[in-house]
Amino acid sequence: MSKLGNLGARLHRGEVGYDFVGNRKIWYGLSILITITAIVGLAVRGLNMGIEFEGGAVFTTPKNTSVSVSQAETYAEEASGHDAIVQKLGDGSLRIQIAGIDTDKSGQIRRELADDLKVDSEQIAADLVGPSWGDQVANKAWQGLGIFLVLVVIYLAIAFEWRMAVAAFVALIHDITITVGIYALVGFEVTPGTVIGLLTILGYSLYDTVVVFDSLKEQTKDIAKQTRWTYSDIANRSINSTLVRSVNTTVVALLPVAGLLFIGGGVLGAGMLNDISLSLFVGLAAGAYSSIFIATPLVADLKEHEPQMKALKKRVLAKRAQAGSQGEPLDAPATEAYDDEPEDDEATPAVVGPRNQPSSRSRGRGRPSGKRR
Amino acid sequence: MAAPKKGRSASAQSKPGRSLALILIAIVALTGGMFLSGHTTPRLGIDLAGGTSITLRAVPEAGQESAINKTNMDTAVDIMNRRVNGLGVSEAEVQTQGRDNIIVNIPKGTNSEEAQKQVGTTAKLYFRPVVATEVSGAAATGSPSPSPSGSASGDKATDKATDKATEKATDPSTSSSSPSATPTSQGRAVTDGLKADATPSTSTSPAASASPSASGGAADTGKLEAQYAALDCTDKKARAKAGDGSKPTDSTVACGQNSQGQWQKYILGPAEVDGTDVDKAEAVLNTTTGAGWTVTMKFTDGGSKKFAAITGKLAQNQSPQNQFAIVLDGEVVSDPYVSQALTGGNAEISGNFTQESSQSLANMLSYGALPLTFKEDSVTTVTAALGGEQLQAGLIAGAIGLALVVLYLVLYYRGLALIAVASLLVSGALTYVIMALLGPTIGFALNLPAVCGAIVAIGITADSFIVYFERVRDEIREGRSLRPAVERAWPRARRTILVSDFVSFLAAAVLFIVTVGKVQGFAFTLGLTTLLDVVVVFLFTKPLLTLVARSKFFSSGHSWSGLDPKRLGAQPPLRRTRRPAQPAAGPVDPKEA
Repeated sequence: MSKLGNLGARLHRGEVGYDFVGNRKIWYGLSILITITAIVGLAVRGLNMGIEFEGGAVFTTPKNTSVSVSQAETYAEEASGHDAIVQKLGDGSLRIQIAGIDTDKSGQIRRELADDLKVDSEQIAADLVGPSWGDQVANKAWQGLGIFLVLVVIYLAIAFEWRMAVAAFVALIHDITITVGIYALVGFEVTPGTVIGLLTILGYSLYDTVVVFDSLKEQTKDIAKQTRWTYSDIANRSINSTLVRSVNTTVVALLPVAGLLFIGGGVLGAGMLNDISLSLFVGLAAGAYSSIFIATPLVADLKEHEPQMKALKKRVLAKRAQAGSQGEPLDAPATEAYDDEPEDDEATPAVVGPRNQPSSRSRGRGRPSGKRR
Repeated sequence: MAAPKKGRSASAQSKPGRSLALILIAIVALTGGMFLSGHTTPRLGIDLAGGTSITLRAVPEAGQESAINKTNMDTAVDIMNRRVNGLGVSEAEVQTQGRDNIIVNIPKGTNSEEAQKQVGTTAKLYFRPVVATEVSGAAATGSPSPSPSGSASGDKATDKATDKATEKATDPSTSSSSPSATPTSQGRAVTDGLKADATPSTSTSPAASASPSASGGAADTGKLEAQYAALDCTDKKARAKAGDGSKPTDSTVACGQNSQGQWQKYILGPAEVDGTDVDKAEAVLNTTTGAGWTVTMKFTDGGSKKFAAITGKLAQNQSPQNQFAIVLDGEVVSDPYVSQALTGGNAEISGNFTQESSQSLANMLSYGALPLTFKEDSVTTVTAALGGEQLQAGLIAGAIGLALVVLYLVLYYRGLALIAVASLLVSGALTYVIMALLGPTIGFALNLPAVCGAIVAIGITADSFIVYFERVRDEIREGRSLRPAVERAWPRARRTILVSDFVSFLAAAVLFIVTVGKVQGFAFTLGLTTLLDVVVVFLFTKPLLTLVARSKFFSSGHSWSGLDPKRLGAQPPLRRTRRPAQPAAGPVDPKEA
């Protein structure tokens, strides 16, 4: 832990750091590769849609049902006249899926099953879904996704700027594509629970991204007034300085989800808990990755195309070249630049915002102790 | 919300005690309210408590897409409620969800299959002329059987006649000749005499017995009479079966409750006007005539013609044949009598209505006009055992998640973790109490996805503390002592928390509004916990940290406080000059955590 703490401190001071923005091409490439894989997987394998999307019934027998899986399958097929898939769950109960049956026939099937399995029909849980239900859930989810994206892009464009909104949008699409792709490739079953998880990723992925952007916005506020750093340098520093938080947040978010996944998948075997937590788990990991490796570098890219920032970059490079010719190797990656002796201290406080201005500092200091006792 | 001014927040910072007191009072008040309301646990959804949940989707008739609107859906909910609760399921709840869904939740222990059947069928509303009626019950069933036997001949006429009447509904002359009581009905009239109903019951015989020549259907009529005689409307099953399978164009038997709450049985003629002929029905308090609550109906063009015809016909009859029955789902909901032909396309039903009963009747009348059918989209039956297991699993998962988060926080933040854990506890307590209170107030029911949402929210809530703590640590790394660090870190941390929570809340709100069913429960919890997160961070975490920063343990940077400057790698205190002398501290400064 102390090591982590030290790392935090060093990241904070910029003694260590990774050039996320500088190496963005690698990460873009990686992401494009993953995304293409995901899309190909989706196109080739398709999603394994759960019974909720096809229409049909899922029956869950009580704990410790003594009937074997294959026998239950026979019973279920006899009772319904359709193919049945039977799974044994962690607690010994059986999960019987029958596709393609109507909601009104289910009561009868349930009774027949109960007879065959020698349990009370009241003890068999049933989940019957009409063929359009899953579509409806999915349609509403898409609709929600659309509305949310529009609102959030508007919000980010107002609260930050349109470039950040675009970058966040791309990162979000990226996360969702990856998650869906993993579902296609691994063949996990897609259920309404999965959709819930997927929708939650929306909020969470953006949540992460927004924190980095917030830092970026703050640090670049007075960027035009200095000539030491380009936008990309500062963007990179924002990522590095929020890295500890990002890692902590992701860990703290993943831990409860892991708990859910463990209980949902390991103990209950299947069901809503498992479905939600699985897609959340995948999506959260993708979200943490994208806010660091995709969203912020993308903002930097977009920003560098702005004439103002181009001019700044030119000035910065010229300055570094000048410094370099004076014998100081300044034209180095941003991370190393942090340790350089500031030549233009006048500019520094401007970049930094009010924090280092002595007046505000002493105000902050004097107040809590002075006023309060 | 996006970017609060960077100035310091006046209240939270300068008066930590006040904020803490405020939130404690809020917790105590809410908890007190919870105990007072008697609902000390959140209401559990069907998937956790067991029961059956049916999701219905409204399907508009072709060309009537605008029919899916709030008024129509509310009317439909009223009707469904009536149908489900007519099964004796007092706790069944029916509510709209999203734009075009109706959710019917039936707690465990009731006949879910029957309920499913009930809500699954389309409600049908008809106006039928009353042929005969009497109070049903022990007396009625005990009434001598002569009815079927004695009526054999008359019955033939009866049915034919009624069939004829349907065809000739527009011709008042046919009906005028009718009032001929058959022996059957007279026999019954004896028992009828006992009833203290406003509707006198000289029973019956078809409105148009004038045309006895028609043939075919004699058997049916006999059956009808037999059914009528055997019908005991006080028996729930018999009631549900009454008139089963009869077509609107047939005469039928039916049950209904009169204003005294007694069950009454009817023989009804063929439907003359059906629900779709009603354009609009409203409950109106008629102050001009002093009739009290009445129900006004407005018919469509076609409907008003038909209605004028039937009323014109009925008005000339004797009671009870001057009554028409409004039949919903085979049950008579009202049986007003008619004293004159109503030709204007408007009608008013008056009687001993209360506001509630008139509104309920108006709803039923409007329902018939709804160009909507309802399709069963999903039916979930959860056994109590499975529900309990799922609840338990959810709670265990939550406990494990919480324990892991606490463990991580303690390892990473040490003493600071105490504040984080305390804040999580406050947040958890608030969530619990509010959920418990929302059960009775807005019908919130905790379902499995909602539990998931709450567990996921642990992460979001904890993140706010992380943002703030990292900020404080950065300030300490700058060489500040704890107290100023706590104050200086706040404005920026606050902004970050607000911005990111806003995005999270936005996601939850959109999901809640747009989606249906399980997704909605999840979104609700997520939104609620996000809001509470803001409340807790502002009113609890920050003031608590301010207070704690005064203690020696934290301010001296004890190695277990999580704020040990050395461990954090703080720079030695800066020499105070106009500009930062430490090179590293300068540029790298702004760390957003």
